[in-house]
Amino acid sequence: MLDKTAQRTESLRDWIGGPNRHLHGRDSSVALGELVRGTSLGGRLPDLADRSVLIATGDQLTAALALIELDGVARRMILCPPDISAAHLPRVIADADVDAVVTSGQIDAAGELGVRLHVVCHPAIAPMAMLSAERRDTEWLMFTSGTSGAPKMVVHTLAGLTGAIKRDATHETPVVWATFYDIRRYGGLQIFFRALIDGASLVLSSADEPVGDHLARLGARGVTHISGTPSHWRRVLMSPQARAMAPAYVRLSGEIADQTVLDNLAAMYPQARVGHAYASTEAGVGFDVNDGRAGFPASLIGRLPSGVELKVEDGTLRMRSNRTALHYIGPGAPALAADDGFVDTGDLVELRDGRYYFIGRRNGVINVGGLKVNPEEVEAVINRHPQVRMSLVRARKNPITGALVVADVVLRAEAGPAQVDALTGEILQLCRDDLPKHKVPAAIRVVPSLAVAASGKLARQSA
Amino acid sequence: MTTKLTILAEMRKVAEEQAKKLAPLSDDLVLLDSGLDSLCFAVLVARLEDKLGLDPFTAADDVAFPVTLGDFVKVYDRAA
Repeated sequence: MLDKTAQRTESLRDWIGGPNRHLHGRDSSVALGELVRGTSLGGRLPDLADRSVLIATGDQLTAALALIELDGVARRMILCPPDISAAHLPRVIADADVDAVVTSGQIDAAGELGVRLHVVCHPAIAPMAMLSAERRDTEWLMFTSGTSGAPKMVVHTLAGLTGAIKRDATHETPVVWATFYDIRRYGGLQIFFRALIDGASLVLSSADEPVGDHLARLGARGVTHISGTPSHWRRVLMSPQARAMAPAYVRLSGEIADQTVLDNLAAMYPQARVGHAYASTEAGVGFDVNDGRAGFPASLIGRLPSGVELKVEDGTLRMRSNRTALHYIGPGAPALAADDGFVDTGDLVELRDGRYYFIGRRNGVINVGGLKVNPEEVEAVINRHPQVRMSLVRARKNPITGALVVADVVLRAEAGPAQVDALTGEILQLCRDDLPKHKVPAAIRVVPSLAVAASGKLARQSA
Repeated sequence: MTTKLTILAEMRKVAEEQAKKLAPLSDDLVLLDSGLDSLCFAVLVARLEDKLGLDPFTAADDVAFPVTLGDFVKVYDRAA
């Protein structure tokens, strides 16, 4: 059987040695070597030992520094993605038993979060003696998109999170990794680990940086390996600065990589290996596809040399490995894996000519440029309009962001065309007031009725 | 209306809806400098599919990603 606990031997600090390695933020850089005998936490690491620490920094660089220092010391680290709603935090703090918060000083943790131990993380490293305390296995808690709108947390170990990463010793020149992801999301975190394990530097993204400036910065730092979602890459392909960098490896993940984006990247970066990867926050890293084609060969079904096992059941991809998350957290949390240890990824696949292609999500979750949208959450907002009887939110395929959110709405009473225009305007306004912009329907269609399945639930299209 | 005029009209509409400030529209305008973000372009391409009955980016695998507004219009003209 798979043993998920007995393989932990290292912590992040073991991977920061070596000369000329940096974490590059947009405005400042940190030499990783300084952290070997230094602190970004003002020397307060001993206070955080054995605690459940919420990492809620305003930027990626300080989050990275806090992770390096706290891994092996804290009991738990809860890594907050940048867009987590403040309304969800009290439940996160309760469910994860949080008793300390690390921020970059942007919030008053005691006042706003009610957590008394608050440590501020700075990109200026101060010297510190090595912590003599014994290393422990730190639990890594990541957020995943649940089905009901509220974020769910899954528990990982460092060994599980990094199990798929093999140090690549074949590089003749120093490796410089970069990712368009935020490293506080699963896809970005994987690249953070890769950079550390590869002995490389890492160039971080910054949310509001113009694409052209970002590409110029990636070029100036000599980026050799870089990852992003297909949506990130489409933005790059639309930039006159795309050739400001000349990567040797281009990686896509987090969304369905279609043939168009793969071909365009191969043409833009003829010197680069272009590959797409499959992973999920729950199921962990699955596999890489490096043949330049969308989808994956059916021959991957079964047991891979990496130890990952794949199968397709009821149309969705299932994965079993020692890199899947351990379990969900919080009261009433569902089981993560089936009895046989396989995690249902919820990703629907279709077999065509010996190759599987991803066609969408079974539970209706919509992936807009790598950001997940739960239809029920949007429907709940739409249904608040007094004239709406019911609504169905679904995905519409899109070549720029992979998918867009659209809504079908049944009104309580028949309405003329002018009335329909006014009502859809009001419904959209409701959505804009209450939802992040990627969740706001791009189109609202008034329909006479919606199909209801035998279960009494709305019939959701599977893709 | 020509394809180009339809595209320009829809760009203005999307910018207004998404509260974006649109740069002056010329053929050599770099799309990423237009004031529209990825989500705006996604909405624009969907609207144009409804108006023109055509999504040239999905219809063919070998379409190149447009950099300027002129490129963008050309992709539609060529596919029409």
